[in-house]
Amino acid sequence: MSGDTRNITVTINGKTYKEEVEVRFTLADFMRQQLGLTGTHLGCEHGVCGACTILFDGLSARSCLMLAVQADGHEILTVEGIAPSADELHPLQEAFRDNHGLQCGFCTPGMLTTLIEFLRDNPDPTEQEVRIGISGNLCRCTGYQGIVAAALDAAKRLRDAK
Amino acid sequence: MGSFGNRVGRLEDLPLLRGVARFADDLRLPGLLHASFVRSSHGHAIIRGIDKDAALALPGVHAVFTAADFAPHLKLDRLIVGLPSASYRQDVNRPVLAGDEVVHVGEPIAIVIADNRYVAEDAASLVEVDYEPVPAIADARRALEPGSPKVHRAAPHNLLAEFDVAYGDADAAFAAAAHVFKEQLYQHRGGGHSIECRAAVARYDTLEDRVTLWSSTQTPHTARTLLSDILGWDETRVRVITPEVGGGFGPKLIFYPEDVAVTLAAILMERPVKWIEDRREHFVASTQERDQFWDIEIAVDKDARILSIRGALIHEHGAYTARGVNLPYESAQTVTLPYEVPAFSLNVKLALTNKVPVTPVRGAGQPQGCFAMERLLDRVARELKIDRAEVRNRNLITAAKMPYAKPLKSRGGMQVVLDSGDYPRCQAMVLEAVGWRDFPVAQKAARSKGRHIGIGLANFVKGTGRGPFEPVSVRIAASGKIHVSSGAAAMGQSTKTMLAQIVAEQLGGAIHNIAVISGDTAAIPMGIGGFNSRQAVMAGSSAHLAAIEVREKALLIASKLLNVAADELDIDGDAVQIRAKPKTRIALGDIARAVAGIPGLALPGGVSPGLAATASFVRDEMAFANGAAAAIVEVDAETGAVKILKFVIAHDCGRIINPMIVDGQIIGGVAHGIGNALFEYMGFDESCQPVTANFADYLLIGATETPHIETLHMESPSPLNPLGVKGVGECGVLPAAPAIISAIEDALAPFAVRIGCVPIAPGQIVAMIGSAQRETARAPAL
Repeated sequence: MSGDTRNITVTINGKTYKEEVEVRFTLADFMRQQLGLTGTHLGCEHGVCGACTILFDGLSARSCLMLAVQADGHEILTVEGIAPSADELHPLQEAFRDNHGLQCGFCTPGMLTTLIEFLRDNPDPTEQEVRIGISGNLCRCTGYQGIVAAALDAAKRLRDAK
Repeated sequence: MGSFGNRVGRLEDLPLLRGVARFADDLRLPGLLHASFVRSSHGHAIIRGIDKDAALALPGVHAVFTAADFAPHLKLDRLIVGLPSASYRQDVNRPVLAGDEVVHVGEPIAIVIADNRYVAEDAASLVEVDYEPVPAIADARRALEPGSPKVHRAAPHNLLAEFDVAYGDADAAFAAAAHVFKEQLYQHRGGGHSIECRAAVARYDTLEDRVTLWSSTQTPHTARTLLSDILGWDETRVRVITPEVGGGFGPKLIFYPEDVAVTLAAILMERPVKWIEDRREHFVASTQERDQFWDIEIAVDKDARILSIRGALIHEHGAYTARGVNLPYESAQTVTLPYEVPAFSLNVKLALTNKVPVTPVRGAGQPQGCFAMERLLDRVARELKIDRAEVRNRNLITAAKMPYAKPLKSRGGMQVVLDSGDYPRCQAMVLEAVGWRDFPVAQKAARSKGRHIGIGLANFVKGTGRGPFEPVSVRIAASGKIHVSSGAAAMGQSTKTMLAQIVAEQLGGAIHNIAVISGDTAAIPMGIGGFNSRQAVMAGSSAHLAAIEVREKALLIASKLLNVAADELDIDGDAVQIRAKPKTRIALGDIARAVAGIPGLALPGGVSPGLAATASFVRDEMAFANGAAAAIVEVDAETGAVKILKFVIAHDCGRIINPMIVDGQIIGGVAHGIGNALFEYMGFDESCQPVTANFADYLLIGATETPHIETLHMESPSPLNPLGVKGVGECGVLPAAPAIISAIEDALAPFAVRIGCVPIAPGQIVAMIGSAQRETARAPAL
C-alpha cells in the first residue's frame, strides 16, 4: 500500500472483515480488489449508472461514491449475498431468470440490490412505481421491460411466500 | 426434444445472477499491474516533447511507455484494420501511441504501469506532454471545403473516401415526375455505452514465450490476428479470450490501440497488466457513430408512387480509419430496401474530422438510411394529402414478388436480393395493433382539451447474417457432456443459449448437457465474431450442420455397437436408444469412448476417430429481416417534453429460435433507437473538445422514459440458411427514430413543426412552436 491507511471492520453478506485499507480507496474498489468480491460492478464511477449499488445498513447506496473507510462498523449486502444458499436463488433472482431480466448481466447486481430494497418497501407495486424505483439504474441491453416484468413477478412471489 | 423455437431459460443467467460471473475486471492474476493512459487533451496538436520523469519518480510506478519506447518492439507502426474498398482517397491508420501529432481528444499518447489504478492515474497526470495546439475541424461539411484546417497536417485534404451508390436513370425519372420533394437531414452520433466499458488484461508467459489477452472484444479472432501482425509474432503464440462481456453494441468489435499497448506492456514488464476503461475514456476513446448530413430528394407520380430518389450524403468518419467505408455504404444501401424504387442515385463522401473514429454502433449506418427514407415518405404524404400508411402501402414490395432482386450491389459486390418476407403484412399488423385507423378521433378529442398527441409509422428492412462464415465445433466427451466451441462472441445476446438450443435439437434435447465456449482463440482456430446481427445466422447454421454430423456419427457407431440399423435409432437425452425398444440404450459418453481410441484395437465399423465435427456454413448473401413500427406520443407544448404513450413493433426475423430472447433483442434495440431520437447527444465544441463526457450531460434512456414496447412476430423462413433464421440484434433500432419523429410532427401539426434532425431536444421543440413562421429543426448552421 502506498498511501495513508486505516483499519476498518465491515460486515459484508454476513461475514466480518477486519482490513487495513488505503483511505482513498472507494468502497467498490475495496470490495472488488481487496476482498475479491467482484460481483459488484462499476459502470460509470460517477454515481449515475447504478451498477455498483449495494445495500448499506439496508439502504441502497452507490459504492463508487463512498470511501471504504466510511463502511467501518457498517453492514453491507452485495449481489453475492442475495441468494439464500449455494444452490438456491432468491425469488427476485428467479424472477429475473424467468422474465429475461438480464442480457449481458453487467447492470444486474445493481438492479437486484436496488429492487431488494424497493420490494421490501413496496411489496405490491405498480409497473410505473417499479420504473421509478429503478430509474437510477441504467441498462443498455433490455430496454428495461424484462427487468420491470421480473420485479412485478418477484413482488408476487414474495407476497405469495408470506 | 425440442427446445428450438421455444421460450427456454438461458445458460448464461445463473452466474450472472449470483454475482460470480467473470468479467475482465474480475480477473485477479498473481503479480498484476495496472495501466492508465495519458491521452490527448487537444482535438489537434503537435507533440513537441514528453517528460516522464515526474511520473517515474512516483512510488509504485513501474514504467511509462511512449511511442518511441514501443517502436522497437512493433513490426507495424499502425493498426491496419480498414475493410477493403476502392473508394479510399487516403489511408489514415491509427498508431498504437501517438508520435508527433494528436488528432482527437482522448488519443492515447503514453501508457503508465503501476501497482494499482490509483497510482497509475496519479502518474498519468504527472506525464508532461508539450503540446502545440493547431486548428481542428469539427464539422464534416466544412471539413470538405477548400481551405479548411486539415485533420492530419501531412494529409492532402479531409476527404477520406468517395463513392456513388446508384442504379437506373434517376435524373430522367426526376425530369418526368409529377412531384419532387427535397429534404435536408442531420443525424447525430451517439456512443455504444455498454454498461461495462472496454477492458484488456494481458499476461506474458515467460516459460512458453506466449501471450494471452483477455479482452472485452466482440471479435477475439480478429484481435488475435491483428495482435500477431503488429507484434510480428506467429499466431500460435497469441491467444485472445473474451470473458463475460458486459454489452457490446458495436464499439467493442473494433481492435484498439489499447489492446496492443496493454499486451506489449505485459510482454515488456514480464508481469500481467490490466487496463479497465473508465466512462470518461469511453466517451473520448471508444468509437462512436451516426453523424450524417443528407441532401436528398424524392420523385413521385401523381398517385405517390416512387419514381426515384437521389441526393448526396456527407458521412463523418472521425480522425482515423478504424473500420472502413462500410457505414455510409450501408446507409445508402438501406434507403430503398422496403420499397419499389425504380431509380436511385446517392453520392457519398466520407469526411475526416478531429474526433474519435467513427465505426458501427448498433444498426451500423442502416438506421440513418431508414430515417432518410421514412422522412421522405412522410413528406410525400403531407404534400399530397394522403395517409402516411397508404403512401407506404402503395410502394412496399409485396410478398408475391419475393425473392426480390434489388438492382444494388452489396459492399462486397454481391447482388442485393431480399430473400423473403411480407412487408405490407407487417405494416398492417402494426397499424391494427396501434389503432392507426381510429387515431384521428382520439387526436381530435385530445386537441380539444389542449393535448397534443400524434402517431407515427416506419418500415425497415435490415441486412443480417453478414458472411462469409463462422465456424462451430461440436464434440461429445467421454463424460457425455457436449462441448460446443465457436468464434461467435457473446456479449449479452444469449449466444451460448442460442447455440446450445440448435445443437440440442440434434443431440438429445438437453441444453443443460451442453457447454459452450465462445470467444477463445484456443478453443477453435478460426472465427469472425459478433456484429451485424450475424451470429444466429452464421454460427447457428454452422452449429446445426456440425450437430447433424455428430448425430449421424453417433447413430452409426451405436448401430455397430447395438447391431441394429442406424435408422432404427434415436437420441434421447444423454443416450442413443432403439426406437422400438426405448429401454435398449447406450450413453453418448460411451459412444464417444468407443471412438476415442484404444491402443491396438480397431475403431468400430471402420468409422473415423472421435465423436466430433466442425462445420463452417458459408453464405455471402445476407438474410434480410424486416418490420414496421408505430409510435403514439404526447408532446407538452409548454416544455417540449415528448412522452411515448405507445410503441408497437412487428418484425420478421425468420424462424424464431427462442421467442424470449428475440423479444429481448427487439425491445433493447427499440430502446436504443428511442435514445437516438430523443436523448443521446454527444456534443463537441469548435476545437473538438467533447462537452458531454459524463452521464449527467449525455443522457442514456432510463426506465421511466422507456415505454412498454409491444412486439408482434411474423416468421418468414429465410431460404438462405438451413435454419431459416435471420438476424435480430440490431433490428429494433431502425424504425424507432423515424416513427417517433413522425409522431411528434403529427402531434404538433397545428404548429406546422418540421423535424429534419435527430436527436430532437425539448428546447428545439419549444423554439419551433414559439416561432412565428414555420421552422424546420435540422443540422446546426455552418
